Amino acid sequence: MRPGGNLERRKLFDRFMLGLLILGSLLVVAPLVLVLGKVFLTGLSALNLAFFVEPYRPLDEGGGGLAHAIVGTLMMNLLALLIGGLLGLAGGILLSEYPDHPVNPFLRVISDLLNGLPALLKGLVIYTLFVIPMGRFTGLAGALALALVMVPIVLRATEGVLKLVPWSVREAGLALGLPRWRVILSLVLPSALPGVITGLMLGFARAAGEAAPLYFTAGGNLNLSFSLGDQVESLALTIYKYAGEPSPVRQEQAWAASLVLTLLVLAAGLLARWATRKR
Amino acid sequence: MNEQRPLTVPPKLEAARAGGLEADLKPRMEAQGLTVYYGKKVGVGNVSMPIYANRVTALIGPSGCGKTTFLRALNRMHDLTPVARVEGKALLDGQDIYAPGVDPVDVRRRIGMVFQKPNPFPTLTIYDNVIAGLKLLGVRRKNVLDEAVERSLQQAALWDEVKDRLRAPGMSLSGGQQQRLCIARALAVQPEVLLMDEPTSALDPISTQSIEDLMSELKKHVTVVIVTHNMQQAARVSDFTGYFLTGELVEFGPTSQVFTMPKDPRTEAYITGRFG
Repeated sequence: MRPGGNLERRKLFDRFMLGLLILGSLLVVAPLVLVLGKVFLTGLSALNLAFFVEPYRPLDEGGGGLAHAIVGTLMMNLLALLIGGLLGLAGGILLSEYPDHPVNPFLRVISDLLNGLPALLKGLVIYTLFVIPMGRFTGLAGALALALVMVPIVLRATEGVLKLVPWSVREAGLALGLPRWRVILSLVLPSALPGVITGLMLGFARAAGEAAPLYFTAGGNLNLSFSLGDQVESLALTIYKYAGEPSPVRQEQAWAASLVLTLLVLAAGLLARWATRKR
Repeated sequence: MNEQRPLTVPPKLEAARAGGLEADLKPRMEAQGLTVYYGKKVGVGNVSMPIYANRVTALIGPSGCGKTTFLRALNRMHDLTPVARVEGKALLDGQDIYAPGVDPVDVRRRIGMVFQKPNPFPTLTIYDNVIAGLKLLGVRRKNVLDEAVERSLQQAALWDEVKDRLRAPGMSLSGGQQQRLCIARALAVQPEVLLMDEPTSALDPISTQSIEDLMSELKKHVTVVIVTHNMQQAARVSDFTGYFLTGELVEFGPTSQVFTMPKDPRTEAYITGRFG
């Protein structure tokens, strides 16, 4: 029998440790809350209709809006999601479902390399491979650079969640006389769908916030363009450029752009969750 | 030490007890010198035995004796294990399923499998679990699928329990019901042979009994091979029994004979409970 005092002491210690845990959590969450709060408060006051419908205008004409950047961001990120998402999914499936495939060691090295490569250099890769041969900056090149940002994130997430699907699901499918690709696409992937979608969203969010890889690829554009064959502006590029400008109008636009970008990523995440909700 | 613990043998086997095999007996499958290697280790070696059509064949033996390894060799499940290698032949209707040019997917279509732990597809409803095989093989017509669901669930003795909630998730069923769902799922693609790997070892006694009761019905439609730890179960449900020990088939024969007059002293030692 332990003396009662010991129990009291243990209870106190338990409280103390719990307090430390809560304090730690708060310390981690606090910067996030501060940043988001600042973005929302400052950004919201700078938002107006012109921001969404007008392209760039010089300051003496009121400064215009960021329609060109919003359109560019959506175009490039959706194409990047298509390309980078598919490549990442394919790579993740290969690593998880065909663990002994001979290309896997290379795939892993490339994926790790991409993961560690600064985003600016990913832009340079596309610059060398596409922009120089084509002779100009294009939204397409920007989308490819953003796809490079997404690939390793989606790939790792996909591999991870597919590996969590019990092996018995695959065996059950194979024992029904289904080809392996059918089992993977129709039985294994759906079992891991929420995780796969989360991976895609992480990749999307990361790419949407990147300005660096677009410098040598999309090139930026002050005019509204709906073609990925032209130079294209993005919100992240705009934020980077406007944040350093002396004009308070431009600075406010940068805040508003930050808010819109945040909401865009948030909306994409909610949409994905809604689309894959349990019915 | 010659005393034997008597085991109950179903009356239908009384005929076989006399030693004479029934006249309509024909092999559906036949293993010829089947050996499975894991790397350099032999999992199960040089097994030759028939699997008679529309009969239940039980594979018994202590843990690690190779009975499951042998079972999985019968529908090429080892193809997915890179270190596993199979030698010898496994004939299905006279055709070697390991012959070059034979598609393992076709083999598994014709030789279904039920696993130790119930494994319904987690994201699918009861209905969709049953027709998963048919649907993914391209069957689309609703009346065909509806018919298959009812027939398969009837055969698996689950229809009455689930017919009013076919749209509920497969995972919402109890363990024993899940296992019968898996049996229905395997039956839906109308296999010729059904391999069952300790199908009741994860179930409670009542669920176990419901699955055992199924066996005599099942063999009207398919040839059944069942791996079991439980000797009483083998005696109750099977017509033929193969006894495995340390990766080798020690004895094969009609269940009544294997359990009452084993030819090999090692079989006798096992069934009389001296080990295992």
